[in-house]
Parts: sequence; C-alpha cells; structure tokens
Amino acid sequence: MMAVAVEQRPEGKLKTDPRTLAALAVALVVTLWMASEIEMSIFMAIVLWAIIAVRTIFHENELVNRLTVVAFVVWAIALPFFHDEGAGFIEDATLALAYAVMALGLNIIVGFAGLLDLGYVAFYALGALTAGWFMSGFFVNAGGGEGVSLFVGEPASTLPGIHFNFLIVLIIAVCVTTIAGMLIGLPTLRLRGDYIAIVTLAFGEIVGRIVINGDQIIIGGEKLTNGRQGITPIDKIDLPFLEPFKSLDLRPWYFVALGLVVLVLFVNYRLRDSRLGRAWIALREDEVAAASMGVPLVKTKLLAYGTGAAFGGLSGVFLGSYLNTVNADQFQFSFSIFVLAMVILGGLGSIEGVMLGAVVLTFINFNFIPDVFNDYPSKIGLDFDLTELSFGIFGFLLVIMMVLRPEGLIPERRRKLELKEGIGVGDTELGTTETMFEAKA
Amino acid sequence: MEASTEAARVPVRTNTWDRVRKYIGDYGLIALLLVMPVVYGIQDISDDGSLARLGNNFVDGLSNGAIWALVALGYTLVYGIIELINFAHGEVFMIGSLVSAGFFGTIGLTTATGTGGLVLGLLLTLVLAMLASGSLNVMIERVAYRPLRSAPKLAPLITAVGFSFILQNVGVLWIGGSPEGIPDLINAQKELFSIGGVSVSQGDVLAIAATIPLVFLLVGFISQSRLGKAMRATAQDPEAARLMGINVDTTISATFLLGGLMAGAAGLIYALYQTTIWFFQGFQAGLIAFTAAVMGGIGNLWGAVLGGFIIGIIQQISDNRIGGEWTPAIVFAYLVLIMVFRPQGLLGEETREAG
Repeated sequence: MMAVAVEQRPEGKLKTDPRTLAALAVALVVTLWMASEIEMSIFMAIVLWAIIAVRTIFHENELVNRLTVVAFVVWAIALPFFHDEGAGFIEDATLALAYAVMALGLNIIVGFAGLLDLGYVAFYALGALTAGWFMSGFFVNAGGGEGVSLFVGEPASTLPGIHFNFLIVLIIAVCVTTIAGMLIGLPTLRLRGDYIAIVTLAFGEIVGRIVINGDQIIIGGEKLTNGRQGITPIDKIDLPFLEPFKSLDLRPWYFVALGLVVLVLFVNYRLRDSRLGRAWIALREDEVAAASMGVPLVKTKLLAYGTGAAFGGLSGVFLGSYLNTVNADQFQFSFSIFVLAMVILGGLGSIEGVMLGAVVLTFINFNFIPDVFNDYPSKIGLDFDLTELSFGIFGFLLVIMMVLRPEGLIPERRRKLELKEGIGVGDTELGTTETMFEAKA
Repeated sequence: MEASTEAARVPVRTNTWDRVRKYIGDYGLIALLLVMPVVYGIQDISDDGSLARLGNNFVDGLSNGAIWALVALGYTLVYGIIELINFAHGEVFMIGSLVSAGFFGTIGLTTATGTGGLVLGLLLTLVLAMLASGSLNVMIERVAYRPLRSAPKLAPLITAVGFSFILQNVGVLWIGGSPEGIPDLINAQKELFSIGGVSVSQGDVLAIAATIPLVFLLVGFISQSRLGKAMRATAQDPEAARLMGINVDTTISATFLLGGLMAGAAGLIYALYQTTIWFFQGFQAGLIAFTAAVMGGIGNLWGAVLGGFIIGIIQQISDNRIGGEWTPAIVFAYLVLIMVFRPQGLLGEETREAG
C-alpha cells in the first residue's frame, strides 16, 4: 500500500490519490478479517492499520514519519498485553520475530551483497546446536558428571551437563556461526551466480547430514549430536535480574525476540548506510566495476557471509531454547527456501520488506495453512491435506513474485531501478545480451 | 560463452595459493577420485584375497551412474545454452518415474506379462515418459525462465527453485508422501551372468543397454542435425546466431525438450531398476546429477556421461562401505572440492561462471 502511494502521488501535492484511499479501505477489511482468523486483538489490528494509514497519507512529512516509527515500536511492545499470556497468537508472533532475525541475516547475503545462499539453514543449525551443547544436559559427563554452569540460577546450575547463561551462549553462537559463514564463503569467492548457490546448498546439506548422523561421530567419548532424537530439553532463557522464563508465560519470550529484532534491525540499518554496506551493494550491481573501483572483493564477500551467518546463529540459539529441542528434522533444505521466500516476498535488500515478508510467511505457514485454509480443499470436493502442500505454495509464491513483481512487496529503491532497467529493454528479445550475458550475477 | 571472458575476469595476483590450486586442479581431482576405489580395493585383497566386492560395487555403480548420466545431460545441455542451472530438472526426472509407474497400471503390465508384451509395453512407456518429461521441461522454460531472460541472474534461479517445490508437491498429490513400491517388471535383481564372483543382474544390463543408445542418439543429433547446429551456435553467441537467422527462442525450447526427454527415459529406468518411486527422489537425483555434470565439465555432453558413471560408482562404494546415510554428504563434499579446485571439471574448459 505504501508503494502504491509513493508511485502515484505527484511531488509536492498534499491531496491524496483516491486510489490510495481505496487501497487503505480494502486493507482495513482484510486486516480485520485476518485478525479475527488468527485470534489477534481486533483493537490492536485497527491501531496497526491506523499507523500504516497515517504513514501512507503523510509520507512526505518527516516528523510524521518519525512519529509513526515510534508509534509502531510502542504498538509492538504493547501487543502481548492485549492477549493472554499463553495465547497462540503470541506464540506465532514470537516465532515470526525469530524468523525475521534470520531473514534479515539472509538479506545481508542475498539482498545486499547479491550472493545467492541456498544453504542458510546451516547457520540456524549451528546456532541451535550451540544452544544444545551449552544449555542442556546433553554432555552428561561434563565436569565429572557434576555438570558445569555459568551464571545460571537454580534448577539448571545443579543438573549434569553444561549450562551457560543465554547471553553467553548467544556470544558463543555468534562466534561459531561467523567463522562457519566465512569458511563456507571461502570456496565461493572465485565463483559467481549459480555456482555460489549450489556450493552453499551443498554445505547446507552437509551440515544437515552431520546433524542427522552426529550420534555416530564420537569425539573424546562424547557424541556430537543426538541424531534424529534431538537434544531436549534445552534450558529456558535465564536473564540477569529477571525470573527464569516459563514455557506457559510467553510474554518474556516475545520481548526477547523483539529485542533481538531491534538489535538486528539497528545493525542492519547502520551497516547498509556504512562504507561496507555500500561496498556490498556495489558488488551486487557489478562485481567487476566494484573491484576496479577498489572494493576489496574477498574481505567484502566474507564479511557479508559472516554477518549474515551471525544473525542466523542468534536466531538459532533463541529458537533452540524457545522450541525446547534441537532436532535434525528442523534443518532441512526446505527451511533455507522458507527463509529465502521471506526475503524475496518482502523485497531483496529492503529491510522493511524483509520484516514484512518474515511476519507474513510465518503466519501463512503456522496459522493460515494449517488452521484457516486447511478445510477449503475438502469443501470443494478435493481430498488432500493442505499442510502437505505448504512448500509447494511457497514455491508458487517464489515463481509468481519473480515473474510479476521481482522487486518485492516493499521494494528497495535502488534495487527497483536495477530490475526495471533490466526488464524494460525488450522483454522477449534475446537482443539484450548486454544484460543477459554480461557478468550480472 | 567466450564473449567477454577476458573483460569479466577480475584481475588476480598469482600467489602461492593460486599455484597450489592449479597443481591440485591439474592432478588432485583424479587422485581424489581414485582414493576410495584404491583404499577399499586394498582392503578387499587383504580381507578376501579377491576384488569381487569392489567389482560388484563397480557394476552397481555403473548402472546407477547410467541413470545419473541421463539426468546430467539435461543439466549440461541447458547450462551450455543459457548458462542457467535448471534446478527443477531433478523433479522433471521424478515426474518421468511417476508417469511410467502410472502407465504400467493403465496398460496392465504386471510381472506375469509375457516377454513380447513386456517389451512392447515398456517401449510404449518409454516414449510416453520421455514425451511427458520433455513437454514439462519446455513448459517450465516458457513460464519460469523466458520472461526473466534479461533480468539479473538471481531471478531465474529463484523461479527454478520455486518450480522444483511445486513439482514435488505435484508428486505428493499424485502418489502421497511416502515411497511407493511398484511391480518388479524386469526382475531387476535376478543374476544374468557372473564373471569371477562379480554378478551382473538384469537391471544392470537394462540400465546400460537403454542409456548408451540414447546418449549416442543425442550426441549424434546435436553434432549432425540442423537444429543441433543451431543449438551450438546459440550457445556460442546468441546475438550472432539471431543475426544468422536462427530462431533463438525455438532453439532454447528445443534444448529444454531434449533435456526433458533424457530425464523421462532416466525416470523409467530408475522406476524399473529401483522398483520404488518417491516424490523426493528427484531432489537427491538432481543434486547428484548436477555434481556429475560439474565433474565432467558443465556444457560438455561426454563429460556429463563420464561424470554420471563416476558419481554412480562413488555413491555405490559409499553406500556399501560407509553407510547410505553418509552418501549425500560425501557426494556434496566432492561437489565442493571440484568447485574449488577444478571448476571446469574433467573434460570442460574454463568458463566465466567458474573462473
């Protein structure tokens, strides 16, 4: 809706396009319907719509823009208090925020630096495994069977296994995944385009295989992972000055996820506008030109992989603790595509778009497909389970988005120009070999 | 593909790492490929005093490899002409299997059918499976790749991944989510003959006997026919090809058709050889076949066949000795090593994508 307004309003005029108003009215109806389907507070849904409406209508006013951002943050903080502490909506919203952290990480690799990574699940796996190693009773023999603990409160500190504080594990996971991201990035330095996609995919699959078969790998008398059984239970988050988290009160979990998102958003914006961020975008648009302008390719690419991977690790630790299990079935190729679909849907390189994509797809996957639409096929006389088809639906989404609106729901301005320029010149003609065969990966 | 090779190459300093990489690239891949057979060969001789077990691995590997070779041809053809990894190709192969298995039931082929009827029925199925996969591949190109030909390269690859998921779900809708057994029409495991303890089954003979003529037909078509010449011209320089009066769009469609035909044949052979079909078979097969195409040198037809056979053998040895659950990891490790040290593969030339 915002995009419509931006495109159609002539500069300097304060009158709002009637089409924008119509779109907002339609959006209100859709918002209300969706809110009732996913059991979201109707009041909060209307407030959200109002914030978006104000921003859309007055988007040229800098003060209003800032105020709506503040209003949005306040809205996000207030959201859980309008629902029960164990509400299904808050459960899904927390998941959506955790996935948003991952999508923002992948956005750095694919959206900013233009390196298509089809193995992003590897970083989720490594982050979650770090949680499994350092926040559970998995290493029973640690500390001579007594258990090792660091800054954790009662029950965990007395149990066998390794129990570190959530914040310490976050730092460990960031280190592990950053190094892993750079290691995976190394072999792709010489490659371009499609080949990068395949090599990262291969790494993702190798990591997945190692997690599945990790119970066969014995290092120093300890298994590497618990294979298909998974590592469970994982310690609940235990922050300083706060009560340990409980699995029935979801509000603290929501706030931790929100905190991670805010942190990652801050880093994302700062990076995008930094020297490094501009180097990434230059790299994406033309590697050769960027190199000849003095952008150090190796360093820039590796930093993209490392940063993107670190976000995946952060989210992995949180999800490990939140879902209370680290299980090999979580780390399949289709998950990489799930995260990629969030980035594509929202708009490659567009931070706001990727946030939106993550929230929308999480609710589609965990709410709309299993609960809302699942009985539709049987209503029209077809006999299948819609949940089986969820990834087909995402596949369809990828194709549709790429063919019809490759810039995503909320496009990044520069990306949009780039795509328009490429597609505008002779759609079906191969004559534009300039764009097709030049190294535009 | 030669176009702008030099211009696009990023200036690189020659340093120790580059020399190491070149050295490993020249000899390392061959050494790497020999590691597993040699190690397990020595182990066999010291254990049993004969190479029979390794020989059996080789025979099974070659017949598996024949299937991967057919699928790999599709990757290599498409990559050769538009430099795109047709990610949905594995699923085209899977649909070929599903069509074959469905058609067995329709025309009433069972294990009790006589030899004459069986041969006729299978030939009919072969034609049908090839046509189904071929036209599916052409449709994918029309819907998902052609509109994006002038877009950045990321775009068609993403639609390819999307199509791969859509087709997997078509498979789920068709036969359900779990592997399905189909009648063992050719009695695939029955030993036909054995040489020095190495047994050759009917399935092995079928896989090789069906693959070799298809490969020769394909190579003959591309090197002899008018359309084949047009394909090679388009691969070299699409713009110049167009100026010479070649219809580039039709030529690209024909390339996808040929790749799909091969995948359909592979689908039938796979169904007969493995006697199970699964919606997910295409994903694994696609990645293995892609590895084969890269190993042989992408864009090179004979390279794809060679790569297919080599990967088949590696996979069989790994299944038999290390355990099937590790095989994908080993195949992918080979893929990464080839990409790093010898991206042009065994027979290919250096390309821009993988300089």
